[in-house]
Amino acid sequence: MSNFFNKSDLTRQDADKLVSETLNNCDDGELYLEESKSESILLDDNKIKNSNYSSDLGFGFRAISKEVVAYSYSNEISKDSLKNSSENLKSTLKSIKGTYNHEIPKSNKKFYKDVNPIEQKKLDSKLEVLNKVNEFLRKKDGSVKQVTASFAGEQKSIEIIRSGGESLTDIRPLIRFNVSVMLEKNGRKETGVYGIGGRQSYDDYLKNDNWKNVCEEAFRIASVNLESKPAPAGEMKVVLGPGWPAILIHEAIGHGLEGDFNRKKTSAFHNLMGEKVASEGVTIVDDGTIDNRRGSLTIDDEGTPTERTVLIENGILKNFMQDRHNARLMNTRSTGSGRRENYRHIVLPRMRNTMMLSGNQTQDEMIKSVDKGIFAVSFGGGQVDITSGKFVFNCTEAYEINNGQIGSPIKGATLIGDGPSILKEVSMVGNDMMLDPGIGTCGKAGQGVPVGVAQPSILIDKMTVGGTKL
Amino acid sequence: MVKDQEFLKLKASYCLDLAKKMGATDASVTVGHSISETVNFRNKSLEASDRSDGLALSIETYLGKRRSSISSSNLLDENIKTLIEKCFQTTKITPEDEFNSLPDKNLLAKQIRNLNLYDETRFENDKKIKYLKDLEEAASSDNQIINTESSFTENKSNFILANSDGFCDGYKTSSFTTSCVTVAKDENSMERDYEFSSKRHLSDIKQASDLGNKAAEQTIRKLSPNKIGSDKISIIFDKRISKGMLSVFASAISASAIARGTSFLKDKIDQQVFANSINVIDKPDRIKGMGSQNFDSEGVNSNTLQLIENGILKNYLIDTYNGKKLNLQSNGRSGGTTNLYFENGNISYEDLLKKNSKSLYITETIGHGSNLVTGDYSVGATGFLVEDGEFKYPVNEITIAGNFKDMFKNITLANDLEFEYSVNSPTMMIEGMTVAGK
Repeated sequence: MSNFFNKSDLTRQDADKLVSETLNNCDDGELYLEESKSESILLDDNKIKNSNYSSDLGFGFRAISKEVVAYSYSNEISKDSLKNSSENLKSTLKSIKGTYNHEIPKSNKKFYKDVNPIEQKKLDSKLEVLNKVNEFLRKKDGSVKQVTASFAGEQKSIEIIRSGGESLTDIRPLIRFNVSVMLEKNGRKETGVYGIGGRQSYDDYLKNDNWKNVCEEAFRIASVNLESKPAPAGEMKVVLGPGWPAILIHEAIGHGLEGDFNRKKTSAFHNLMGEKVASEGVTIVDDGTIDNRRGSLTIDDEGTPTERTVLIENGILKNFMQDRHNARLMNTRSTGSGRRENYRHIVLPRMRNTMMLSGNQTQDEMIKSVDKGIFAVSFGGGQVDITSGKFVFNCTEAYEINNGQIGSPIKGATLIGDGPSILKEVSMVGNDMMLDPGIGTCGKAGQGVPVGVAQPSILIDKMTVGGTKL
Repeated sequence: MVKDQEFLKLKASYCLDLAKKMGATDASVTVGHSISETVNFRNKSLEASDRSDGLALSIETYLGKRRSSISSSNLLDENIKTLIEKCFQTTKITPEDEFNSLPDKNLLAKQIRNLNLYDETRFENDKKIKYLKDLEEAASSDNQIINTESSFTENKSNFILANSDGFCDGYKTSSFTTSCVTVAKDENSMERDYEFSSKRHLSDIKQASDLGNKAAEQTIRKLSPNKIGSDKISIIFDKRISKGMLSVFASAISASAIARGTSFLKDKIDQQVFANSINVIDKPDRIKGMGSQNFDSEGVNSNTLQLIENGILKNYLIDTYNGKKLNLQSNGRSGGTTNLYFENGNISYEDLLKKNSKSLYITETIGHGSNLVTGDYSVGATGFLVEDGEFKYPVNEITIAGNFKDMFKNITLANDLEFEYSVNSPTMMIEGMTVAGK
């Protein structure tokens, strides 16, 4: 655990005292201390292009009264700096008084080990794996023209000090291994990307030459795309494969169920609590408690233990995702969803691992039922307009479906739909729920946080496919 | 107060000396300090205030052709020492790369022009609050507006870039940014839109009420949208979207994408890539420019570049490493473009709207649908159907798709260029794209 005070003129007692004094007349708030160490190593174009190590240390001091949040951060942990921040918060909230809520739930459960992935594996051996990846792919096929492979590792230590001196801590490992390959054949170029990751050490992911599987998958996606035809344009049936395509759930439904947008009534879902928002058989949860997953958290960035929050149960909207601030203003409790990218940012209600649970149909049945449509297996990114509810995501591997048969691969196309109505178009839910490989980063208000998704295969009766072929 | 040059220079030379002492053959360091203050409003009352005070340090050490880097926000000498040691240890075991080197000495910037990028005016939080009150008052005057959120950010930054070849320079910059997001509702729909203004100098910021009115007007006109049928139709890109085409173009001509062979514009120098009426310029020395710079992130002097001349690609954006790889000299674009713009076309905005009896006017796109390797483009879009030059009704839940190679050759630009941001474009029309809707 980082000791945030041993190299500072600020003592633990000073900090406790200043926190209590600053937050005395506020509804909530805390001092958030963070130390992170991270590395990134990149192989590109046959060479180790970049090896970077970075260390970051700082605090964010937050005071909340009524609807107003005052925030101040600095990367200098010192008496003066904290005092300045305190003055800054007090001046914002000078005329707004609140009553501090000391209550914060406790749990002893931990969802990842206290490991430092950077120190656990020597740099040489990471360089060696990246070189092996490059060699393996370039030897594999003459069409391989470019290989990029990278490691990213991080260990983040946080401490939350609340008014009254209560302290909550967490140590979070996070790694990511990524391979991108570009093929060229008959004058066409296509790229395939695949990655894995989570809150573990590198070796947990790379044992048994698992890196080869990552290479094979990236290569396979690029090969498929070399044969792709222009995608169709217009409304049609869409079968989504299991796993990572659940970013559809993340974009279409997830963001709209975050507490802040609903308190502000700017989400298309704000008046739909208890209503039917999805077909029967559709159940969606947001779960921070799955061991070692990218989106899992032992405690959130306000100190609340995370949980498995049921968002939609059998088609009915049950819960929003809440941080403490929005929960208080909406007279409910935090679901342990208060997150921030780092100490430079304010807390917002965010997703963790968002999952649609299995039903009992098979992917085969879905494809057989489609006369004309597409089968989408993998995606790049997605985005949503919370207010209008419209969302998009980009296919990186997809096929035509004609008369119940999978046909040719199609070029990357954007799919667009309407969040509040899309889940009502889900007519079959598969029995094959799968977690994504651990690669998601969600962006909101300029802050990126690691997240996970999961879903079974699903059949959507109507979606607009943004191809070029009319 | 933002730290002065003396403080930053002291830290930078401490780093360089230490790296040299440890045995680094070359090193470069950037030290920066930035202070930002933001006030957020919602529905005409204070919602949040945010103050940030951040130091940042990044160092690259070389041992011959080996290189690695570190970055940190902790500028205590003791921490810097540990990090440089770590950096140098990493450098030793990183494989050699023949193209690694500091920039050529004769390309380094020799004199720093005052481009008027720093305004020392302090805009106290109380004044920000007053500005945002006026802004939201204007934004919420129509009762169809049900939510307003706005913010004002004041930023002051300073930096020093130094390397072991003796380069050591930097300067202060400031920015003032205000934005307003409004939500409007009617019986059929709820829509959101925005307006913002970002300037180096406080006095150039748009008037609060103008900004609020504009945001509200742009939101209300989106209410009760229709979805249109799939079609090939000419598409007009509002200025705030057309500038995105330039950003795609800039990524596709970066020396790194060219050297790696992952750009649809590879090997296109001296070839026609845009319609022959099109000129694209990147100008680093614009007074008060949001993208202005005296030198790039390696210290290389940057001059104005004509990237596209009469539709023909004339220059890539070149940094030292990728330049050496391509056997080209850096043109001071490590870190990308500066103030990038399309020159005006020769048709008015009104005439562009009337050019076809029916077109689709796009005000917002969503998604990350640009593929720089193949040039394929497909994104979600929101806008208006235009008939005979008149805005008929709002349109949403559609996608637009094409390939940049074709799209660039079918661009017509209006003559309404303004220098608002670091990337600027007139209103743009592209023919031959596909709309997917019903």
